[in-house]
Amino acid sequence: MTRAVKSVAIALKVNGENVNETVPVRRNLVDFLRADLGLTGSHVGCEHGVCGACTILVDGVIVRGCLMLAAQADGCEVETVEGADATGRIAKLQAAFHQRNALQCGFCTPAMLLTAAALLEANPAPTREEIRDQLSGNFCRCTGYQAIIDAVADAAEAGE
Amino acid sequence: MTFQAPIGSSLPRDRAKRLLAGRGRYIDDIALPRMLHLAFVRSPYPYARIVAINIAQAAAMPGVIRVVTAADLEGVVEPWRGTHNLFPDMKVPVQTALATDTARWQGEAVVAVAARSRAEAEDAAEHIVVEWAELPAVSDAAVALDPAAPVIHQDYDGNQAFTAAVSQGDPAAAFADAPHVVEREFRFNRHTGVSLETRGLVADYDPTSDRLTVHQSHQTPHQQQDLYARLLSIPEQNVRVICDDVGGAFGLKHHLYPDELAACAIAKLLGRPLKYVADRLESFLSDIHCRDHTVTARMAFDAEGRIIAMELDDLFHAGAYSQYPRSSVAEGNQIIRVSGIPYRHDHYRAETRMAYLNKPVLGHIRSVGHPIACAVTEQLVDLGARALGIDPVTMRQWNYLDDTDFPLTSMGGIALEKLSFQACLDRALERVDVDAFRAEQKTLRDAGVYRGIGFATFVDLTSIGPEYYGEGGQHISAQETCLLRLEASGGIRCYTGATDQGQGIDSGIQQVVAGVVGVPVSDVKVNSGDSELCPVGGGSWGSRGAALGGEAALRAGRELRGNILNIAGVLLQKAADSLDIRDGEIVDAESGAAHMTLDEVAAVGHFKPYMIPDDVDADLTVTARYASRGRMFLPANGLHVAIVEVDTDTGLIAFHRYLVVHDCGRLLNPMLVAEQVRGGVVQGIGGALYEEFVYDGAGALCNGTMADYLVPMAVEMPDIEVEHLETPTGTSELGAKGAGEAGTTGAFGAILNAVNDALAPFDVTLSETPLTPTRILQALGKI
Ligand code: FES
Ligand code: FES
Repeated sequence: MTRAVKSVAIALKVNGENVNETVPVRRNLVDFLRADLGLTGSHVGCEHGVCGACTILVDGVIVRGCLMLAAQADGCEVETVEGADATGRIAKLQAAFHQRNALQCGFCTPAMLLTAAALLEANPAPTREEIRDQLSGNFCRCTGYQAIIDAVADAAEAGE
Repeated sequence: MTFQAPIGSSLPRDRAKRLLAGRGRYIDDIALPRMLHLAFVRSPYPYARIVAINIAQAAAMPGVIRVVTAADLEGVVEPWRGTHNLFPDMKVPVQTALATDTARWQGEAVVAVAARSRAEAEDAAEHIVVEWAELPAVSDAAVALDPAAPVIHQDYDGNQAFTAAVSQGDPAAAFADAPHVVEREFRFNRHTGVSLETRGLVADYDPTSDRLTVHQSHQTPHQQQDLYARLLSIPEQNVRVICDDVGGAFGLKHHLYPDELAACAIAKLLGRPLKYVADRLESFLSDIHCRDHTVTARMAFDAEGRIIAMELDDLFHAGAYSQYPRSSVAEGNQIIRVSGIPYRHDHYRAETRMAYLNKPVLGHIRSVGHPIACAVTEQLVDLGARALGIDPVTMRQWNYLDDTDFPLTSMGGIALEKLSFQACLDRALERVDVDAFRAEQKTLRDAGVYRGIGFATFVDLTSIGPEYYGEGGQHISAQETCLLRLEASGGIRCYTGATDQGQGIDSGIQQVVAGVVGVPVSDVKVNSGDSELCPVGGGSWGSRGAALGGEAALRAGRELRGNILNIAGVLLQKAADSLDIRDGEIVDAESGAAHMTLDEVAAVGHFKPYMIPDDVDADLTVTARYASRGRMFLPANGLHVAIVEVDTDTGLIAFHRYLVVHDCGRLLNPMLVAEQVRGGVVQGIGGALYEEFVYDGAGALCNGTMADYLVPMAVEMPDIEVEHLETPTGTSELGAKGAGEAGTTGAFGAILNAVNDALAPFDVTLSETPLTPTRILQALGKI
């Protein structure tokens, strides 16, 4: 019972930078990004795959960082909100969220931005219903969602 | 009184930019050198004696630094009692940071493990063996108040915590004589706040200077500073509580939590930084809960449909203790004070009885007691309307208090200045064509589609005055102070005791300062959430920031402006009152001609003070405070209108429209107020339709995960129309009242009424929240 937890070496690309680390096999990806790499823009709200706060991109697809082990990201390309912010990829969404006050506490926000960006990439002119649908796995306790929907619609109009 | 922009402008928030870039700083983002992590062993039983605790195996596990039980904390941290001196008869048991010999709710912290990582702390916690002797749990107030029930706190002879009552007129006679009486039993089930960021803190104790710094996800840094100083016996000037970005709070983060205090105590014990962040499962078991009331109420009407009298009995299913430091009285007390408040009537009686139960502590979460008072009142009004064959709109128009009634003291003892019930309804009727809705409703019913409309008029007791906690004996500031400092470059730093968890009060205060001094809003930087740097204040709770923090900012702004003009007057050889500050420039008040810039004034004020005569007020750091006098609350009001469709086969409810007409006096930033209302409505929808803690017969929680405890998500939520009316309070110069809870307050009532209106053809009335599909289908006799 006091056996040491096994670790494994992983190599991946995070926000365009090469990362080589040794991680305990049980460490989930979002904890690894936050605690080992200091990428605290991804948040943890439930650790059981429900709230969506830990949403990140792995090989271009949005996933829940709490439902994936860091070891599974070996060889992958990971993008977090810090990366998306730095490249300007989500700039129009960020501007629209700011103007519409589509965030209050901001804890859900990085995940909302990445999730919305994935929608707009696949569907540049979504309806309000489609936006609500896409964001239906992201819990926001503060805004009541409407301003977020408005902001995503604005960003779509601005050609995100 | 008119105020210049940006007061009243819908500006976006400065703080939001950081958060949008993933640069927020929430508790779990903080890492300090040598920091340890804490995990707790919590009681698996609602009620059980602790026979023995064996920590030997856990203490030897990898990474473990210390295992701590209640015995280890003796002499390190004091116990406490959640008293309130305005309710001196309340039974208030002693509570401790870790359970000593008995656990009284499932989830109560019993043992703490400090380890080098949270994972190692959790590993070790699993190997702590607690031998329990389970006791029969009490989980319902009706059972708890039975003299034969097991007693939860052996110091007392029963489980009744307190009762409070108000009575006006002669309600017994009024009911006896009334031509029409409607009566219902209501049940408002227990839920909680579910902030997306869970509770958490990093406590950092330095024994060499007896200094405690706590970074905490919290609403009230000064309150926590006082509590940690007193309970941990550290001089208060050595305690600093910093609340940086807070990931949602909603009232659940303005209390003292035993696990959080234990974390501070262990940091003191170990002399090194310690992090504790509740995980989601712990949150459901240990956060403050809200609601959980059974209310029996009735309303009497005369033959024309005028309300004569109202009576209400509230059974308050509280938790295992009285919350600290505010006590748990308020939900029950607000229910008996606020019920019936929008309506003219002469006879009133209301009583609340609070019972201790083997459940998590119940207390203050967004809109304390108000949604219940509103829902009970509004459903009785609708039932009366139905009984008398009057439509619900007319019923309200006839019975509202109007301008001729104000000012008055309500039946529940609340002083009311001018409120705008009729005007809110008028505005709603401009937006919602009720006749057209009724026609459509009828057509749809014939087609088997059931839509209903529900109105809920509410009063919010915002911005609590200093008397409530001052006389209550709690160290809780209801006064606000603002400190302004003009920098040599002409920018202004502002420090406030109000705090911001996303509501935007930082922006509201920034706008007040900018507007009053006369500078661009970007020249003002607001700092909040630091008990060391900011003037003592109350933080955020009870819809208070704009009214109290805003007024203090107005006063400070005016003083700074005066001093700037004094200096400018000396330099320009002109009378100070012939000058004005506009857009950061000193101008001639009449012609508007520019004289000099603010940085020129500031540079003299800071570096060449010898140019200013001693008898000229020229301080460029000023403070001003605001405490209300002679009023306990600052009532705001409004109206919710919900239009819903009930699927009578599935029991699901869909929104067709949701409108709020809201009057919180002067608006500092209409967009931010509207967003507060929207967020509040959706939390109210959560309580009205989804959120409920379900317990089994033995008092064990059945749905303590985010997958099982339902919260509102984007797909089901409506767009919410918000209309503002502005009836400024006459009690302050700014005229702002509180806004943060209005959205939640009216939602329960509007939705209950809308659903019951939709189901009117089936002759059923639902009076229990949440209105789950099961409850709807049961009422319809389908299951
Ligand atoms: S933290 Fe991953 S879904 Fe909630
Ligand atoms: S802004 Fe707070 S949870 Fe979404």
